[in-house]
Amino acid sequence: MLEVLGTTVLTLNVNGEDRKVVAKPSDTLLYTLREELGLTGAKPGCENGDCGACTVLIDDWPIKSCLMLTVEAIGKKILTVEGLKNAPIQKAFVENWGFQCGYCTSGFLMVCHALAQIHPDADDHVIEEWLQSNLCRCTGYEEIENAVKAILKKEV
Amino acid sequence: MIPFDFEYYKPTTIEEAVNLYNKLKSAGKKPIYYGGGTEFISMARMHNVYTEAVIDIKGILECNIHELKNNELTIGSAVTLTNIAESNFFPLLSLTVKRIADHTVQDKITLGGNLAGTIIYREAVLPLMVADSEIVLASINGERRVPIMDAFNKRIQLADGEMIVQVIIKDNFITLPNIHVKRTKNEKIDYPLITIAALKDNNKIKIAFSGMCDYPLRSYIMEDILNDNTVSSMDKKISNAINNIPGKVLNDISGSSEYRKFMLHTMIHEALTNFEEVN
Repeated sequence: MLEVLGTTVLTLNVNGEDRKVVAKPSDTLLYTLREELGLTGAKPGCENGDCGACTVLIDDWPIKSCLMLTVEAIGKKILTVEGLKNAPIQKAFVENWGFQCGYCTSGFLMVCHALAQIHPDADDHVIEEWLQSNLCRCTGYEEIENAVKAILKKEV
Repeated sequence: MIPFDFEYYKPTTIEEAVNLYNKLKSAGKKPIYYGGGTEFISMARMHNVYTEAVIDIKGILECNIHELKNNELTIGSAVTLTNIAESNFFPLLSLTVKRIADHTVQDKITLGGNLAGTIIYREAVLPLMVADSEIVLASINGERRVPIMDAFNKRIQLADGEMIVQVIIKDNFITLPNIHVKRTKNEKIDYPLITIAALKDNNKIKIAFSGMCDYPLRSYIMEDILNDNTVSSMDKKISNAINNIPGKVLNDISGSSEYRKFMLHTMIHEALTNFEEVN
């Protein structure tokens, strides 16, 4: 049985590397990524699971890191926006003007990247379903949708 | 950020989990069983829940089972809503869970967490109610398998230290004609104004609701009225059924009680018409 009773040194697999962090059970993954590892791509927005700005991938599926304890990520593969490293969705966002202020961008990138990996044949309904997990206060939804459609059609 | 500290345990067996609960409770640590944790983290952040120990059940094999075998669909309490929707063993359940929260959060919410949550809607229970499902619960006194309609009275009735292990659905229910309708006040992703889930079994409608009262419900009396073939007017049957809602109808900023009744009437009408067209 795994037990974490207080502040402890934990090993997390982040962006393909094992990283040691000091965390306590009540720390959220969002907090640990930003404050312990300096990976500030995952953004704190609502910190209530509504906005999606903090989305990262856990074992290839999008998760809102504000709603995950750091200890729950032990043994899992964590991918943040810093780990995308010129993935097609990043180029597609640039080419389709998929961002304005940019605060929601990393969360949207992670959701769109996961969608293209898991459902490469996604139809409009599936795209809408996935994108509804994230909010863009600048309302640049159409450009974001165009970007994800571009990578699904392999135009990028 | 969660403003208090707690211990984290991830047992690998049911026995370990229930014994641990009792040990931690005896030590005054107010333990809780932890599934997806979405409600816990949100509420802890606002100081609306407190514990000194969480017992994460996601490491327990039985809680992760998701299989159709021996004429039964078994879904472990730690199975996520995404997993249920993607597997689509029970289409009515898939439709229902795909409208709980949003797609990303569905990958964290577990079936057990939705059933045991404190938020009043608990929509995942609706298909389980109409499919006469059973629920497996475990405590230091052992396991018990009970009909969900007995275990769920306004909310899941758990003895102290008892945990949800699995839900079991007979396979003859999962392919029946079904309808799921969810209406919200504004946005598509929101708590329901009203959600209904219904099955047609041997020409009888089985129907459950969320959002009418401050708990999800399936009423046999309402079903008897809706299935009464001696009354020919569909509207009259629906009105009679709505007059027999077994509880106080919600009346809040999302919708007055009169509006909810009007909306429920329309939704049941749509459902019954749809079932007739299927025939």
